Amino acid sequence: MPPIDIDATVIANARLSSEYSVLSLAAPEVGARTLPGQFVMVKPAGVTDPLLRRPFSVFEVLRDARGTITGVSILNKRAGRSTRRLYDLEVGDVVSCLGPLGQPFKPVSAPVKAWMVAGGVGLAPFATLAEALAQHKTATTLFYGARTAEELFYLDFFERLGVKLVLTTENGARGEKGRVTVPLEAALKALGSADAAMVYACGPEPMLEAVAKLAAAYHQPSQVSVERVMGCGLGGCYSCVVPVKHGTEEANLVRSCISGPVFDGAELVWD
Amino acid sequence: MAADLSVAIGSLTLPNPLIAASGCFGYGLEYDQVVDLSLLGGIVSKGLFMNERQGHPPPRIVETPAGMINAIGLQGIGVHRFVKEKLPLLRERGARTFVNVCGTTLDEYVEVCKVLSDAEGIAAIELNISCPNIKEGGIQFGCSLHGTFDVVSAVRKATTLPVIPKLTPNVTDVASFAKAAEDAGADAVSLVNTFLAMAIDVETRRPKISNVLGGLSGPAIRPIAVRMVWECYQLVKIPVIGMGGITDARDVLEFMLAGATAVQIGTQNFVDPFMWTKVLAGLEDYMTRHQVARLSDLIGAFDPTPPKATHA
Repeated sequence: MPPIDIDATVIANARLSSEYSVLSLAAPEVGARTLPGQFVMVKPAGVTDPLLRRPFSVFEVLRDARGTITGVSILNKRAGRSTRRLYDLEVGDVVSCLGPLGQPFKPVSAPVKAWMVAGGVGLAPFATLAEALAQHKTATTLFYGARTAEELFYLDFFERLGVKLVLTTENGARGEKGRVTVPLEAALKALGSADAAMVYACGPEPMLEAVAKLAAAYHQPSQVSVERVMGCGLGGCYSCVVPVKHGTEEANLVRSCISGPVFDGAELVWD
Repeated sequence: MAADLSVAIGSLTLPNPLIAASGCFGYGLEYDQVVDLSLLGGIVSKGLFMNERQGHPPPRIVETPAGMINAIGLQGIGVHRFVKEKLPLLRERGARTFVNVCGTTLDEYVEVCKVLSDAEGIAAIELNISCPNIKEGGIQFGCSLHGTFDVVSAVRKATTLPVIPKLTPNVTDVASFAKAAEDAGADAVSLVNTFLAMAIDVETRRPKISNVLGGLSGPAIRPIAVRMVWECYQLVKIPVIGMGGITDARDVLEFMLAGATAVQIGTQNFVDPFMWTKVLAGLEDYMTRHQVARLSDLIGAFDPTPPKATHA
């Protein structure tokens, strides 16, 4: 299916904090086709600054009261010029939106457990994945690390879906103090020999590396969503490459926009 | 009567002047779902050496005001895999395929062109003597008049396909390079490749892309590119293929009025991959409004009479 490129009206831009917002876009055609882990390319419409769109995991597929799909949202964190502009958008503003793009997460079913590991804004792809896993009735845990308790978002959303929450913050104000990989390793260690878990990860690169290596060390598979500077989202520009190694082959630089952003954690090569 | 958008580049006739620029359109097939490739005047492949190349480590691009700097480093599958894996599919889709040929030595250019001459379904060779992002080859030829003449002459003898050297703007007088290419037997020239550029992250004091230097493209470079096309158009008789920051039909017309026979669109593929049909419609609209029967009548039809000082 070809991606859709539309000028989408901003339905809401909920500021969760001085840095984070959830930008909701009227894009029913994009929402209807989105699979968990896929992304959209987004920028304010009709401007040359920014010139290029930026990639964002689809955060939520939006529905009205009847359940009809009305659009998608993205979880935006102010980091640079482009994300600042998106943070400042108001209802009625227009965003150019291309998607859905990329390879999705593959949901697992019982008896395999699903463990989603999110760091900060890396929460983004897990709302849609949690919904898909709930449909599969998969036992799902969210390991979610943030800097502060105030930056742990959408906890109610995941609880409503029956997701078990394991939280960490840097100062220990909520959940365990320290890195999210600590409780993840404890859980991996506690897995029975007959148990199996699929580890899903999205977040800062050092966290992704640690999660993929932990999963491999405990002989569990992982699916990792990477983030790279991206030009086009369609495979045209070769900006967003990551080193990937299949079996005994030499590592190849592959385009994360079309071969990813979700990769088998065991096949990613870390610097 | 249907508008005639066709243009001729030597023996090659294209249904319209819009060509997808090398490095901005993958091998064409990446955009198969987005645009009917046969609607385009042509496509130019990513740059191909004899062998596969991995290119530079990321980050490979950074956005700049109305543009972007890239140093991909010519990651590519090599000419043999292109001919085997991509060309048959491009042929099936009716794409007019230009192949961008790279080399680290003069011999490599010649050998890659020989491989392509034996393949079926190639419209022309675009000689990449202007990539700013690799240390060896390429730009060494493109920044020397003798180098340009020698590589074009050698390739000219090795193939009967149309040969189109792609020129770098990173020289004092690009028109003299167009002339050297013409003297060496080129069928056309294409310009401009990207402008050598750099960007620094002031917080970290480090470069914004891994290769430090890269090539600037996008709307930011368009006025300079238009000027260079006009300079070349005045000096050479062979067709000039213009590019640099084209976003819409007006930009295409600007290049054609400055002397471009055809144009290439690069960075805009990233901004709006669905732009091709809009640009074609914009050209037809202009032709209707200005009663232009043949788009090719506009090539070089620029009127240098100074504009009025006040609004009409």
